[in-house]
Amino acid sequence: MATTLDLPGVVAHESHGQRVLFVEKTTYLAAVTALYDAGFTMCVDLTAVDYLAHASRVVPDGVVAQRFEVVVNLLSLANRERVRLRVQVGDGESVASLFDVHPSTEAMEREVFDMFGVRFDGHPDLTRILMPEDWDGHPLRKDYAQGRIPVQFKGAAS
Amino acid sequence: MTTIVSAGAATSEGGQELRPRGEISQKALMREAGAVLRLSESAAAALSDVVSDVDEDQSMIINMGPQHPSTHGVLRLMLELQGETVLRCKPVIGYLHTGMEKTGESLTYLQGGTNVTRMDYLSPLNNELVFSMATEKLLGIDGEIPERAQWMRMLLSELNRMSSHLLFLATNGMDLGAVSMMLYGWREREEVLRFFQKVTGLRMNHNFIRPGGLAADLPAGWRDDVLHLLEMLPDRLAEYEILMTGQPIWRERLQGVGVITQSEAIALAATGPILRSTGLAWDLRRDLPYLKYREVEFDVVVGAHGDAYDRYAIRLQEIRESMRIVRQILDKMPSGDYRIQNKKVTPPPRGRIDESMEALIHHFKIFTEGFKVPEGEVYVAIESPRGEIGCYIASDGSSVPYRMHVRAPSFVNVQCLPHMMRGGLVADAVAVISSIDPVLGEVDR
Repeated sequence: MATTLDLPGVVAHESHGQRVLFVEKTTYLAAVTALYDAGFTMCVDLTAVDYLAHASRVVPDGVVAQRFEVVVNLLSLANRERVRLRVQVGDGESVASLFDVHPSTEAMEREVFDMFGVRFDGHPDLTRILMPEDWDGHPLRKDYAQGRIPVQFKGAAS
Repeated sequence: MTTIVSAGAATSEGGQELRPRGEISQKALMREAGAVLRLSESAAAALSDVVSDVDEDQSMIINMGPQHPSTHGVLRLMLELQGETVLRCKPVIGYLHTGMEKTGESLTYLQGGTNVTRMDYLSPLNNELVFSMATEKLLGIDGEIPERAQWMRMLLSELNRMSSHLLFLATNGMDLGAVSMMLYGWREREEVLRFFQKVTGLRMNHNFIRPGGLAADLPAGWRDDVLHLLEMLPDRLAEYEILMTGQPIWRERLQGVGVITQSEAIALAATGPILRSTGLAWDLRRDLPYLKYREVEFDVVVGAHGDAYDRYAIRLQEIRESMRIVRQILDKMPSGDYRIQNKKVTPPPRGRIDESMEALIHHFKIFTEGFKVPEGEVYVAIESPRGEIGCYIASDGSSVPYRMHVRAPSFVNVQCLPHMMRGGLVADAVAVISSIDPVLGEVDR
């Protein structure tokens, strides 16, 4: 097992026995493509975390923690193993879309954009997916507090 | 001019909608038609026919849903039709979005079960199971769950798979005009839910599987109830076979409809019966086993054609496999504790509360403040009736998850719809939606 990735900006890590790779934004797409060639043909999940309220989190040496983290779970059907990629993304920054390597990320990246406002370069249809198109803000951001903003109703005079 | 038949401005979702073909580029058109799916060359050639040989004034965009009996909840599909043929399809979702992942960030780990159980409301116990397993992994107690608790979890998970598949058979029959099947499927499912009610107190949304084990032990007489189910179901399943499997009309409606190949299913990350219908034997219970699945014997049911008929037959057969597992669970169910005895996560027994002030405080604190979970992040996945359900939790060391994300199988599987429908008839669209078996509570969360 343990396919090693010979790419700059990839830091291997382990979390509760699960394999985690911290990947730099610039090598993200290359790393996913390399992993695809190594057998990780299915991108089961892509999500994000907003670490605004927990900036002191532990990251391995060589990784600069940013506000957002895009978390990608890849699965190798042939070797029955999983690997998780964590990509640091600053506020207002964008990352490469995985759409061309893993078409399954179409809806997942739209969800992350909708919920966190992280943009994906090269995504063919980066619209909101769960919230209405004219919604203000991104609900899963930590500064989007529950109950502190007036409820928005679609089409109603405000 | 392409006509857009719409119920009015109230359903407009702007850029999320399917756009008329005159407004988008050829490349985008090809992409919408599935050109990125690593198709075979012949399939790709057929694709360009569907896409380019249509004048704009020959096609029409219609809405199917959000309120439509056969879209299984509030799924909205925008279909571009040429006569009866579906040229393009785009699912528009979010009508049931209630921010459950955001809600999960303000519920303690003990309360979280009440939240996740409402996502896939047809297999609530599997949702609770994956959430509990993720929490236990973060706590580092995943290796200490008592044997009986693990076997009980397996029993409930398999029975839940049966009830979910029975409901699929019911709705699949209803969607295709076999209305009596709807009544039969709901009837048998109700028998399973009656057992759940006896065990957990509720028919649905049980919050019974909790971090550390389960909420209570199995009630007296549970074995007889399970045996009753196992006795009743084989005859009923045989009835379904007579009613549907061998029926020429049934086969005609499903065979060759909504076909997906193995490489396309992998590219779209489809899991569960959809992936298995393409002939790939992938089942997390066998391939990445959890609980005690290593110790039971069962077969992974696969199809060969990747069509709606295979997906129907797989689910029907999976009920039988689940029954086989349940029989083995009955034989192997050990005695012992139904939850971990760890003061950090386990409330004191009821009897102690009356006699000990410390126990009362302990009980109160666990249910109000919850327990603190060490910092870290973890992803755990299990096989739900619909495919891989995963739970990603990031903890900041407090008693509520910093971020709780559920990888919902239906959310991903719905992406297969445009691909499965392209080139088919609009009447088959209903069969295709049904064969995906989406649960919109889980799609939108």
